[in-house]
Order: sequence, then structure tokens, then C-alpha cells
Amino acid sequence: MWKWLHPYADPERAYQLSDKLLPWFTFLAIAFIATGTVWGLAFAPTDYQQGDSYRIIFIHVPAASMSMAAYMGMATAAFIGLVWQIKAADWTAAAIAPIGAVVTFIALFTGASWGKPMWGTWWVWDARLTSELVLLFLYLGVIALYASFEDKVLAARAAGILAIVGVINIPIIKYSVEWWSSLHQPSTIRITEKSTMSTDMLYPLLINIFGFGLMIGALTLVRFKAEILARNAMRPWVREMALARGAK
Amino acid sequence: MQFDSFADFINMGGYAFYVWLAYGVSFASLATLIVLSMRQQGKVLTEIAKKIAREERLKESRSNKS
Amino acid sequence: MKRGISYTQAFATVLKRDLKIAVRHRGDIFNPLLFFVMVVTLFPLGIGPEPQVLTRIAPGIIWVAALLASMLSLERLFKADFVDGSLEQMLLSPQPLYLTVLAKVLAHWILTGVPLILVSPLLAVLLHLEENSYGALMSTLALGTPVLSLLGAIGVALTVGLRKGGVLLSLLILPLYIPVLIFATSAIDAAGMNLPYDGQLAIIGAMLVGSLTLAPFAVGASLRVSTN
Repeated sequence: MWKWLHPYADPERAYQLSDKLLPWFTFLAIAFIATGTVWGLAFAPTDYQQGDSYRIIFIHVPAASMSMAAYMGMATAAFIGLVWQIKAADWTAAAIAPIGAVVTFIALFTGASWGKPMWGTWWVWDARLTSELVLLFLYLGVIALYASFEDKVLAARAAGILAIVGVINIPIIKYSVEWWSSLHQPSTIRITEKSTMSTDMLYPLLINIFGFGLMIGALTLVRFKAEILARNAMRPWVREMALARGAK
Repeated sequence: MQFDSFADFINMGGYAFYVWLAYGVSFASLATLIVLSMRQQGKVLTEIAKKIAREERLKESRSNKS
Repeated sequence: MKRGISYTQAFATVLKRDLKIAVRHRGDIFNPLLFFVMVVTLFPLGIGPEPQVLTRIAPGIIWVAALLASMLSLERLFKADFVDGSLEQMLLSPQPLYLTVLAKVLAHWILTGVPLILVSPLLAVLLHLEENSYGALMSTLALGTPVLSLLGAIGVALTVGLRKGGVLLSLLILPLYIPVLIFATSAIDAAGMNLPYDGQLAIIGAMLVGSLTLAPFAVGASLRVSTN
């Protein structure tokens, strides 16, 4: 069933495929995020409780949900790389890590910037905020570990193990933090429930969530390509490419 | 259009600072990531080209000696 | 054909060896302990000596200091063996790596975790901990410090081959320590208010069992990467 996938374990084929896919991802990501953001900022109705400050939601929620999804993607790739020794999967994991970290940072920052007008503080030790912060630490750990090995084959394996350990721990951390904040937090602060959202607000949000996913895909392809080249520097096709660039 | 004028849009119902701060920082960090990611490939290729040139030079100097 | 020694023997051999080595380098045992005591001493100096405040934050201080102290002592878990090559021999031995890792972690816990548990009542006195909390403090430390050693072993195994592993280790490990910290301090708080705390203890126990079964595999895989 998965046989069609096998040729793409070859770095050159994988490179060509990502080259072909990249324009599509880029185009769709720009189109979706532009539509969602403009719709959300200018055309979506004003929230009767939060006024216009709620418009931060159109990047906050996409970033927050995609930060988790990106971690899952990274850990899945790392798992495939570790178990089946597919190097392309290791490179994918290495490519996703910095992107996920930036997206997590965006989720945290927009959350803080939304919290200041709504709750009166930049930061509260809310369960979701805290677990997002821990997620950022996990990303940074993976990146730092990957960066500190000279031999990138080993680096990918070590970072992969850490990513998988992180996946087992994320539910535990999330659960413990939720339980902890329900114990400590005064119940005056609540993140508004989204269930009552009108469709005019929901559509741009969904579009932007989709757009963020596509953007992460596009960026992963860009970094994946660079990673392939860096790890296959001795192959003739990479050398040709380097020489062609040097000749320019 | 939700807003009556462009100035209204910028004002964001009084929340201008927070909304534009959030959007600004988000897009700035995304732009930095995009630029760095796109430069990565070029950097890798130049490194490889440099390495090839170095090997060529080594080979030359070796053949000159013998 | 049966070669080598039984699993129990192998386990006992590694355990005894590690204990013996540690007894010969006593500083390795005492320095983290001293660090633990010093960190706890710094808090009243920084925050102020009011007994009410100290009572309130004592569980947190003791546990955070315990986290830091156990992390400080983790390096020696594999480092010396990695440097002199005996780690590679252990990886090559016919006994499962799981056992070797478990024995080494157990030795580490006996050397650093147990003294920490024994010293903690003394520090609790210094910090005016509630009298009902002593049992909770001891039992959370007894169940929690092995979890710290097991999770920490993963981080050490990942960074043992690196020259500058120390700071990196804390970045990798501390996020994983968070659940233990949360449940341990909350158990001590609950005990201070005369509330039942067996729920929190049960969760820490579950974490111990979980990490006992899973962590050695991760440690083994990481060691194979590091000694490549």
C-alpha cells in the first residue's frame, strides 16, 4: 500500500518532490492567511463583550493549535526516522523544530497581548498558557540538542528520542498543569468559550487555522530542502547544484 | 466592512496598541523565520561550493609537487 | 549454550560496582547534598525570616532545591564510564541494556536520592514546615526522587557524548520534571491543611511505575546514540 512512497526515501527524489510542492503550499498559505486575516481584521463583526480586542484570536488560535500539531508532526517524523531508519524523516523533524518554536512563541505573545486588555495582566498562570510555555521549552530543548551534535546523523537520532519522550510527557504535563491551575487560580479569569461564536467570526478563524497549517507545510519544505542539501553534500547532484550556483 | 473609516480601523475600538502589537510581532517573527529559512539553502550551497573549490586547490597543489 | 552470568547477578554486579566507585569519591555524594542545603538556606535570606511566609512556601522551596540538586548530580551517572570506555563495554555485554541502566539509576538514586530524603526533615524544621506535612514530605520525596533520577538519566544519556552538556541537560530535563513538582508540593500542602493526600501520592506512584518501565528503554536508545 505504501510502496509508492518508497522512492521518495531517495534524497534526490525527495528534493525534487518538495521543489514541486513548494509553490503550491506557498501560494495557498499566502492566499488563506491573507483572506483570513483581512476578513478577521476588517470584516468580522465586533464582539459585544470584548470589543475589537478579540481580533487577536485570528492569529492566536491558529498559532496555538498549530504549535501542538507541529510538535506531533515532528515527533511522528522522528519516530519514523528512529524505527525505520529513514533519513528523510529525520531531516523533516529537524526542519519542523524551529518553525514549531516560532509558532509557539507567536501563540504565547499574542495570548499575552490579548490578556493585557482583557484580564489586566500580560501573563496569568493559566493552565493553557503554562502548558504552552512548557511546549516552547520542549521545542527549544530539541533545537538545542540538535544543534550541539557535530555529527548530524547522531543529532537527529538524539533529538528524535527527546521529541518522542516529550510526546509521552505532553499529556502528563498538560493534565498536571490543568489540575494545578484549577487548584490555585481564582475563578475570576476565564478564557471565553468559543462555542457561541457567530459564523462570521468562525469562518475567518478556520481559514486562518488552515492557512497556518499550510504555511508550516511550506516552511517545512523550504527547510527540508536545505537540510537535504546540507546532509548530502558529497552526492554528485548536490555538487553540481552548488557549482551551478557558484558559477552565477 | 465593520469600520466606518480607515482611522477607525487603525484605532480598533480603542485596542489599537494590543491588536497591532500582536499582529506586528507575529508577522515580524514569521517574516524573520521565512527569510532565515530561505537563506539557509543558499548558505548551504555556497558552503558546498567553497568546499569543492578547496578540494580542487588541494588536488592541484598535490599534482604540482609530484 | 549458556554464557555469562544470570540477570540478577549482572544487576547486582553493576549496582555494587557503582556504589563502590561512589564510596571512593565521597565528594560526589556530599556536594549535591551540600548544594541542596545551601539553596534552601538562601531562600529565607532572600525572602525574609517571617515564619508564616516560610511555612507557606517551604514545600515549594524544598522540592525545587531537590530538583536542582538531583540534576546537579546526574552528570556523574554516565560521564566517568563514558570517558574511560566502560560504558561501551556495558553496551556490548550480553545482558539486556535495560537491566544495566536500571542498576545504574538505582545506584545513583541510593547515592543522591536517599541522603536527600534523610536530610529533608532537618530543612523542613528550618523552614517552619507544618508539623502534619512531614510524612507527606518524606513520602513524596521517597516516591518522587526515583522518578527524577529515571527521567534525568534520559537527559544525561543524550548529552553524555557532548563536551558542554551541563546547561543543555537542564533545558532538556526540567520541563519533564514539572508534573512531579506539581503533585509533590500539592500533596505536602494538602497534608499541611489536614486534607487527605493519597491521591497525589498515587499519581506520583503511577509516574514512578511508568518511568520505571519506559525510561530505561529511552536511556538505552540514547546511550547507543551517544557512544556511536
